[in-house]
Amino acid sequence: MNSGDTAWVLISSALVLLMTPGLAFFYGGMVRRKNVLSVLMQCFIIMCVLSLQWVLIGYSLSFHPGNGFWGGLQWLGLNGVGLEPYADYAGTIPHQAFMIFQAMFAIITPALIIGAFAERMKFSAFLIFTLLWATFVYDPLCHWVWGMGGWLRNLGALDFAGGTVVHINAGIAALVTAIVLGKRKNLEKNIPTPHNIPFVVLGTGLLWFGWFGFNAGSALAANGLAVNAFVVTNTAAAAAGLSWALIEWLRNGKPTIFGVCSGAVAGLVAITPAAGFVGVIPAMIIGLLVSVVCFIAVTVIKPLFGYDDSLDAFGVHCVGGIWGALATGLFASKLVNPAGANGVFFGDPKQFLIQLLAVGVTIVYTAVVTFIIYKLVDIFIGVRVDEKSEAMGLDLTQHRERAYTVLE
Amino acid sequence: MKLVIAIIQPYKLEEVKDELYKVEVNLITVSEVLGHGRQKGVTEVYRGSKETGNLLRKIRLEIAVNDNYLEPTIKAIVKGAKTGEIGDGKIFVLDLKECIRIRTEEKGSVAIG
Repeated sequence: MNSGDTAWVLISSALVLLMTPGLAFFYGGMVRRKNVLSVLMQCFIIMCVLSLQWVLIGYSLSFHPGNGFWGGLQWLGLNGVGLEPYADYAGTIPHQAFMIFQAMFAIITPALIIGAFAERMKFSAFLIFTLLWATFVYDPLCHWVWGMGGWLRNLGALDFAGGTVVHINAGIAALVTAIVLGKRKNLEKNIPTPHNIPFVVLGTGLLWFGWFGFNAGSALAANGLAVNAFVVTNTAAAAAGLSWALIEWLRNGKPTIFGVCSGAVAGLVAITPAAGFVGVIPAMIIGLLVSVVCFIAVTVIKPLFGYDDSLDAFGVHCVGGIWGALATGLFASKLVNPAGANGVFFGDPKQFLIQLLAVGVTIVYTAVVTFIIYKLVDIFIGVRVDEKSEAMGLDLTQHRERAYTVLE
Repeated sequence: MKLVIAIIQPYKLEEVKDELYKVEVNLITVSEVLGHGRQKGVTEVYRGSKETGNLLRKIRLEIAVNDNYLEPTIKAIVKGAKTGEIGDGKIFVLDLKECIRIRTEEKGSVAIG
């Protein structure tokens, strides 16, 4: 047991937790005034519901060795998950420290999907959908990639901090829900504008800050690997924020703060799977290019296909996540992490193919199961709010609260 | 020339705008206002205490029209805003003495459209 490692993982857990309120403001600023509380509420209730789901069943399903596809049920209610290290995951920190660090990932992943169905989903349906999705999509996938015996892990897929498990996973679920839920009303005539861009900036700041825990904490120790992850995370976010602004400057004539924020988040997404395997120059390249692919996804591909991914959960998290996962297969180097692998540019094309397989499997599994869960919830209670509620806004119709007063 | 002032439910603004565009009334001013009608709607609840009888949020439209546009404008507003329930709002029609377009200093009917 190492007190430095334990302290770092606990602090990282707290940092990752803060990302969910950060995401709440990032998304909350982007929606219209009448829906801001519904987004904040969805993010916060996920913190409540999934914290409980995780200690009761989620951790066992995800991380108990079980078999290749599913963790066992032996760790239900943290039975047997104690204060001694569990060497297969982290040999120098209490098992429960690893568990609570992972809990924060299980919380933020379903919260990312909110961006796709914002402004039109019934709160009750959202709760049930989220709980089912966490249990039947996140937990199994997490087991495949990170759990002992997980079949993608055994194949050698590299995912340092959650490019496939968190970002591609949530991003694909976002695309599926956006398509099946349909567009928001009056979208063409009255393009919704973000109601509070300072909130978006605040949220981005909190996400960037928390992401150090997400990526550097994934080293699960206070060591050189954590420092590498910290440095490349910051570098990629910086490169991506800058390049998004430059793209806007060239294409639209002016750079925007909203663009810098979108770029920074895309950069953080892209570096996530790579953070423990690449050096600082590849991180810069990953960051510079992720803004190009995500910019194309949200400004060209989205209008072309016409799906209403309200806040670009797919365009940033899935597209950025796929780029990051594949870039890991290009730029990974054993010089950075001897436990990792060499990518295409360091002499081993095989890793790229394994990364491609992991991405493909995630897309197919998540898309199919998300669709099934959505349909089940829709049949039993209906997912979408009625037209009047949508027009009045979810704050008042789902929560009977309003964010802002007109006069005191 | 007439000045039409309409007080409507906020969530009906989109529909009213659509109806007005259909009759080619494009020049409107919109503001968010608070008001008291006969309606006693349930508004927000804060920590369990129900707030009723407060001032309710409405949208106020101001539309200056030439006389031949008055009826289509009123019909469009009614069509877009009417639900048949208390709280749908009101329309006021006022005589408009003068209208001046600041940019050109044109006056009267020509300045309205």
